[in-house]
Amino acid sequence: MDKFKIEQLNIWFGKIHALRDINLSIYNNEILSIIGPANSGKTTFLRMLNRLNELEPYFRMSGRVLIDGREIQTIDLEVLRRKVGIIFALPLPLPLSIYDNVAYGPRMHGIRQKSRLDEIVERSLKQAYIWEEVKDRLFSSAFKLSGGQQQRLCIARTLATDPEVILFDEPCSGLDPISTAKVEETMLNLKKNYTIVLVTNNVKQAARVGDRTAFFLSGELIELDTTDKIFTAPKDKRTDGYIRGKFG
Amino acid sequence: MTKKITLRKLKEFIIEKLILLCGLASIFFVMLIFIFLLKEGLALFKTVKVSNFLLGKSWYPISEPPELGILPLILGSLLVTFGAAIISVPIGVACAVYIAEIAPGKVKEVLKAGIELLAAIPSVVLGFIGMVTLVPWVKKVFNLPTGLTALSGSIMLAFMAMPTIVSIAEDALYSVPRSYKEGAFALGATHWQTIWRLLLPAASSGILAAVMLGIGRVIGETMAVMMITGNSAVIPQTFLAPVRTLTATIAAEMGETVVGSEHYFALFAIGIVLFIISFVINVTADLFLHRKPK
Ligand SMILES: Nc1ncnc2c1ncn2[C@@H]1O[C@H](COP(=O)(O)OP(=O)(O)OP(=O)(O)O)[C@@H](O)[C@H]1O
Ligand SMILES: [Mg+2]
Repeated sequence: MDKFKIEQLNIWFGKIHALRDINLSIYNNEILSIIGPANSGKTTFLRMLNRLNELEPYFRMSGRVLIDGREIQTIDLEVLRRKVGIIFALPLPLPLSIYDNVAYGPRMHGIRQKSRLDEIVERSLKQAYIWEEVKDRLFSSAFKLSGGQQQRLCIARTLATDPEVILFDEPCSGLDPISTAKVEETMLNLKKNYTIVLVTNNVKQAARVGDRTAFFLSGELIELDTTDKIFTAPKDKRTDGYIRGKFG
Repeated sequence: MTKKITLRKLKEFIIEKLILLCGLASIFFVMLIFIFLLKEGLALFKTVKVSNFLLGKSWYPISEPPELGILPLILGSLLVTFGAAIISVPIGVACAVYIAEIAPGKVKEVLKAGIELLAAIPSVVLGFIGMVTLVPWVKKVFNLPTGLTALSGSIMLAFMAMPTIVSIAEDALYSVPRSYKEGAFALGATHWQTIWRLLLPAASSGILAAVMLGIGRVIGETMAVMMITGNSAVIPQTFLAPVRTLTATIAAEMGETVVGSEHYFALFAIGIVLFIISFVINVTADLFLHRKPK
C-alpha cells in the first residue's frame, strides 16, 4: 500500500499559487527525489506532508493528502509530525547539548526515564552515523559540531521520535562533498526502515540516491518516473532540458 | 574631481567632530551632576557615621539633634518594589507570551496599543487615580484604618512596570530564531511545550533584562508612591502598613530643608544610595541583554 497519496493538491500563499493540481503517490520504503528549479514548489510540497505550511498566515489549500489511507487533517497534529519527520536545509540544532537535542523529541512525548532516554539517544546517533564522532562529548553544545555533523545530529534528532517517513529539504546544500557523501550514505541505510522524500537542488544527488524522481516546475508536477527513466529517457522536453542544463 | 572629494571629506570631518562634541557634552553634564551629588552627599559623613546613616532605625530629620537613619526608607523602598515585582513580573511575562505567540492579529494590535497607552499615563495621574480608587478599596477589603499602605503602592507601581516588562520581554521572544520554533514543531512538540521548553529558555536573558528594567523603573518612581504609600518612616512589618520610600523622602523634604544643614546633606546622601541601587540594576539588566549565548 502507498505511504502517501496526494490527490488534486493545490496550495496558495495569499495570491501566490504555489502548487497546482498535484497527484502522486509515495511508496513504502522508497526514496523519492524531487528536483526542480527555484520556486517550483518543492519545499511547499514537502512541508505539506507534515502540515508545517499551516504555520504561514496566508496559507490555503484544496485537495487531499492521505497517509496510510487516512487524511492527514484528521490526525492529531503532534502525532502526524512525529510520524513524518523533517530535516531542513540548514542544520538547525536547538541551543542545547548534543544529548539534549536528541532527547528533546522523546522527552516532549513524555519519556522521562533516564535509561530509556540514554538508549534512544545512542540508537539514534548510531543510525545517523554520528555516534562514533560525538560519543565522548554528548554533553557539550551542539553548536560546536561542524556543519555536516550538525546535519547528521538533526537526522538523529528526528529518528529519536520514531518516525515512519523522513523528509529531507536540500539536506546537503550547505555541506562539503565528504559530509554530503556521509549524509547520502545515511539516507540509503535508512531506506530499509523508513520512507524517504528528498528535495534536492543537486540533480546528481537525485540520480545517486533516488528510487524514483519527480520533476516540479512552477508549482506543477511535470514528470514522475523511476530515476533511471528520468535520467536516461525523460518523456517531457522540460525535464530533459532541466537535467541537461544541470549536467552542463 | 579631487576637489569634490576633499570637500566631501571635510564635510564628513566636521559632522564627525560635531557628533563627538554632542557625545562629550552629554558625558560632561552627567559627570557634573554626579560630582555635585557626591560632593553634597558625602559632606554628611563628616558628622554622621556611614553605618549609622545606612542602618539607623529612625528618621527624625527635624528633631534636635536630628536622627538620620535611613533603614526604614530603604526597607520601605525594597518592600514596595518587591511587591510590585511579584505582581508585575508574572503578569507581564505572561502578557508578553500571549502577545508574541498566541494572540490573533486583531487582539494583538489592541493589546499592544493598550500597553503603550498604559506607558503613556503620567505617574501623577496614575497616583491620583490610585488614591481615589485603589486606596479606599484596600482600606475596605483588609479592614484597615488607612488604605495608604505598601500594598497600594506595590499595585500601583506594578502598573507602571508592566509596559516596560511586556514590551521588552516581547521583543526578546520575537528575537528567538524562527527556526528553533519550527524545529520543535517538526519534532511534534505542542504549542505550549514549544513556548515553555524552548521559547522562554531561549529568550530568558532578554526576559530577565526586561524584569530588571521594570524594577529599575519602580525603584526610581516618586510621585505615585508619595501619594499613596502613607509616608510614614517606620520600619514596615507587613504589606498592609504605611511606608515611606527613599524617593518620596527626597521629594517631600527637599523643599523645606535649610541649604547646608545636616538634613540637606542627608537627602543628597539618599540620592547617592538611590543612584547606586539603580546603577546596579541597570548594569545587571545590561549584562543579561548582552550576554552571549553559550
Ligand atoms: N511562506 C510563504 N509565504 C508566501 N509565499 C511563499 C511561502 N513559501 C513559499 N512561497 C512561494 O511559493 C512558491 C514555491 O516556493 P517553494 O519554497 O516551495 O519553492 P522551492 O521549489 O522549494 O524553491 P527553492 O529551490 O528555492 O527552495 C514560491 O513562489 C514562493 O515564493
Ligand atoms: Mg526549497
